[in-house]
Order: sequence, then structure tokens, then C-alpha cells
Amino acid sequence: MKYILKKIGIFLLTLLGISVLVFFAFQVIPGDPTTRMLGTTATPEKIAALREQLGLNDPAIIRYFRWLTDFLKGDFGTSYSYNMPVSKLISGKIAITAALSGMSFAMVLVMSIPIGILRARFAHSIPDRISMIFNQLIMSVPPFFIGIIFTYVFGLVLKLFTPGDFIPHSESASGFWGYLVFPALAIALPKSAMVVKLLRSSMVREMSEDYVRTAYSRGNSRWQVLRRHVMRNAIIPVVTFLAVTLVDIIAGSIIIEQVFAIPGIGRLLLSSIIGRDLPVVQTIITIISIAVISVNYIADISYKYIDPRIRFR
Amino acid sequence: MRKRPNYNLIFGCSLTAITVSAIILGFFWTPFDPDAMSPAEKSIGPCLEHLLGTDNFGRDILSRVMEGAGTTLSIAFFAVSIGATFGTIIGGLTGYLGGVVDEIVMRINDAVTAFPSVLLALVVVSITGTGRTIIIFVLGILFIPSFARVVRSEFAKQRQMDYVRNARLMGVRHTRIMFVHILPNIAPVLLSSVAIGFNNAVLAEASMSYLNLGVQPTESASLGRMLLDSQSYLFSAPWQALSAGCAISILILGFALISEGLGYRQMWRPTSKRRRKVSA
Repeated sequence: MKYILKKIGIFLLTLLGISVLVFFAFQVIPGDPTTRMLGTTATPEKIAALREQLGLNDPAIIRYFRWLTDFLKGDFGTSYSYNMPVSKLISGKIAITAALSGMSFAMVLVMSIPIGILRARFAHSIPDRISMIFNQLIMSVPPFFIGIIFTYVFGLVLKLFTPGDFIPHSESASGFWGYLVFPALAIALPKSAMVVKLLRSSMVREMSEDYVRTAYSRGNSRWQVLRRHVMRNAIIPVVTFLAVTLVDIIAGSIIIEQVFAIPGIGRLLLSSIIGRDLPVVQTIITIISIAVISVNYIADISYKYIDPRIRFR
Repeated sequence: MRKRPNYNLIFGCSLTAITVSAIILGFFWTPFDPDAMSPAEKSIGPCLEHLLGTDNFGRDILSRVMEGAGTTLSIAFFAVSIGATFGTIIGGLTGYLGGVVDEIVMRINDAVTAFPSVLLALVVVSITGTGRTIIIFVLGILFIPSFARVVRSEFAKQRQMDYVRNARLMGVRHTRIMFVHILPNIAPVLLSSVAIGFNNAVLAEASMSYLNLGVQPTESASLGRMLLDSQSYLFSAPWQALSAGCAISILILGFALISEGLGYRQMWRPTSKRRRKVSA
């Protein structure tokens, strides 16, 4: 319990650090938001009034605390380009990106763990070698190119889905999930290949340990040894890697949303970067950072349950 | 143990040699001018005259792929150079000296490497704007932590070795020990991180250009940008997307195989016979 409390304490401190970084990073950007909001023809009086209204004349540290308290209350400021609250702009989109990332992560787990175990079980056999070549090939194809190939093969030729015709969840739940299958798979394929590779080698390494020989000598069957002894040890580095993978999937979904025209948070982030809509960029970056850090800390805490040795540290 | 040829290294080097020579050739000569448009030859499929076909403006795709791959590779080269140089200096100093500074620098490193590089690049680009030079610096700086981490752990290991203590006893200066004694010993590890760095740099550059945040079309052709543009003509001219995408993948595959072959991930693929006997 003490371990978890300590971890949560460090977690909150890290979040605070990130919030400082994000806030001040966006303070150094040249250009006055008031000229953007009022246009270049605005009179100096009008600009001064708006600056006062937005609180831009206060010292940065006060503005930081104001931004932080507003952020915690769910008030993320107003978008320059859409002239509406950022919270309203992103609320529906976060769910779409989360659904895409979640589905993709589930695919990674479903594909990579059985394949990794099978490859370790039949390590050095011909099928293992062939799948190693495929593995290496898949790892080298960028997800957005896989997405484009999927669009062509499954969308345009086989007509399994209509590229660009995103179906909102409110319209049809099955249509929504159906549309996400190929984008999620495009992100999941290269990631799975990496997990397979790591899991296989981690298991093969464990299989040469003395405890495995002992387990065999006690008359355990091969699968029993793999499941009860090898897996328990081999899975630990894989969990670390899965946390990294989940983070990469979240980042990858930003790109894949472009390929498949999915109106998620990534697409909004990109259009806001190009349109220099800084309140939106700042909010999305903060939210993604929180997600990234949370994933890392959850992985950290989960070791305690996977690897009993950590409890005594 | 029977010594098997290092297939990864052989294939990786051959693949990279072929692509790099095609790219170097592309700096001096391309079959057609990469930017010459010819409305009469719009979107022709691959044929003898245009080996990879032409795009929607009638530009020769092979020429554009050669130029684009050159752009990607040169950006990767400069970015990796920045990352490797500063990463080696920072990692070397912290790993060799240790102490509080080491602890602090490594915590910062951990924090930075926890974030995917494309995400960080997006943040920086949203602040600085886009363009070729900016991408080089952004990627270069983002690669520093990963190099620093690898070099640090190697330096920390080597510091304990007898030859370093020996040199110290003989009164060799610390800077000389670091760069003349230790650095050559960690070269294999450094080389394979450079290969991984190229791998990541090519992917990051292509992603950024694909997102329209990298090299701008006015500067030069780039593979990511070609993929983005080709998407509108995917049904009528799929060869555009295929050429650019395959070029990116082949570049990445080459570097991935090299880093694999150099044994950076040797711990991941034990091949000794003893292991087979035990599990049989």
C-alpha cells in the first residue's frame, strides 16, 4: 500500500511538472493572441481592453495558476478558430481516439501473445524462421502506409468499407466499430510484430534456465512448464514493452486518423497546429501527456502484482 | 557452436547499399526532372519509359522517389549526427562521472523518452513552424536522450574495467580516457544505435511530411508528402502510393536489419545449441 501511495505521489508531481512545461512552452510563442482574435485592423484600445479581459497583463506565474485551476475545473479556454470552448470541441473526439487506441491495443494483445508463445514453443523450427522473416518485414512498414494499403485493398477494391465515410457512434454503433477495424489493425500490425519478437526471445531465454530443466525433470509436460514457469518470468519485460506500445499506439492514432479521415483528437490537433489555434493544441497536448504518464505509472504499479520480487524492495 | 553467417547484417548492408547508391545517383542524375510537369502524360501506369509510372501532374515517379528518398535520408543523416554527437557527449560525461548530475540528467532523459518522438516533434513544430531545417533540429534534439542513455550505460560499465583503472593509475587525463580509451570500445554498441537512429529518423521524417508538417512541397520532393498527395488518386493510380510507401519501407528495413545484425538486440535472439538440447 505504501508503495502505491508513494507511486501516486510521484505521479502527481510528474503531472504538475508536465503542466508547467506545457504552459511555459506555449508562452514563448511569438505573436499576440489578441491580434488573432480581433484581426490586424483592431484599434489599440480594443486590444488593451481584450488583454485586460483575458488577463494577459498579469505575470506568467499568476496566469499559470489560473490556467491550472481552470484546467482542473474542465475549462480549457476558447478556441481561436472556432470561437467556442475547447472543452466542447474535444469532448466527443476524445472518445473516438480512445476507442481507436483501445481497439488497436486489444488487437495487439490478441495477435501477439499467442503467436509469440507458439513461436517460442516451436523455436528454431522452419515455421518459426519463416514467421521471423514476415515479422521483420511487417515491422519495417510504417503504419500510415499499411493504412493506405488497407484503404486500397479493403476499401476501394474489395469494398468492405467506404474510405472517408466515418460513421459516428450515435448513428450506428456497429458501423462505428466496423469503420475502426482497419485503422486499428493498421496501427496494431507493426506493433504486434515487435511484441511477438520480444515475447519469443524473452521466453526462449527463460527456457534455457535451470529452473525449467528442474520443472521438466519433475515430469511436467511442455505446455505446463511454459504456462506455469516460463511465462511468469518471460512476461515481465513484455509488460514494460506493452506500456511503451500503448503510448505509441496513442501517438500512432494521430497519424492513422489522417489516413482514414477519422474525426478524432489527432485530426483536430493537426488542423489546430496548422491553423495555430494554440488553446486547442495546448489542451490536447496536456491531455495526451496525462494519458502517456498514466500508462507508464499503471505499468509500474502492475509489476508489483506480476513480479513478486518487487514487493520486497 | 557452428558459426552461422550474419544474414541480417549481410542483407541489411546490401539493401542499404543499393538504396543509398540509388539516392546518391539521384543527387546528380534522375531519369527525368523530378519537378517537370507534363499534362499529356498524367497518371500513366508503370511502363518502360516511366518505370514507376507518372503522377497526377505527369511527373516521373521514379525520379521523384529518388529525390524524395534523398531528402528523407539527408534529414535522417543530419538529425542522427546531432543526436549521436550530443548524446555521446552527455551520455559519456554522465556515465563516466556518475553522481548527482548523472541521476538528474537520466531522470530528464527518462521523462523525454517516455513520450513518442512523433508526438514531441508535433509539439515543437506547433511552436516553431515547419520546414526542412527545423525538422532536422527537432529530430536531432529528440534523438539525444536515446543515444545518451545507451552511451551512459556503456560508459558506466567500462568505467569499472581494469584497463580504465590502469590508465587512471598511469595518470591519463579523464577526457583522454573517455574519448581515446573508452569510446573505441563502445563503438559496436554506438554503431547499432546509429542504425536504429536512422530507422527512427526515416520513420519520423516520413510521418511528419505525411502530416504536412515536415518538408514543404516548395522545398523538395519527400516520400511522406508523396504518400499524402497520392492518397487522392489511390483508386485510379495506386502505383503512386505504392512507390513512395515501398521506398520508405525498404529504407527502414535496411537499417533495421543492420542494427539487428550488429547485435544490439543480441540478448533477444539466443541461438546456441545448448538451449535447443535443454528444451528438447
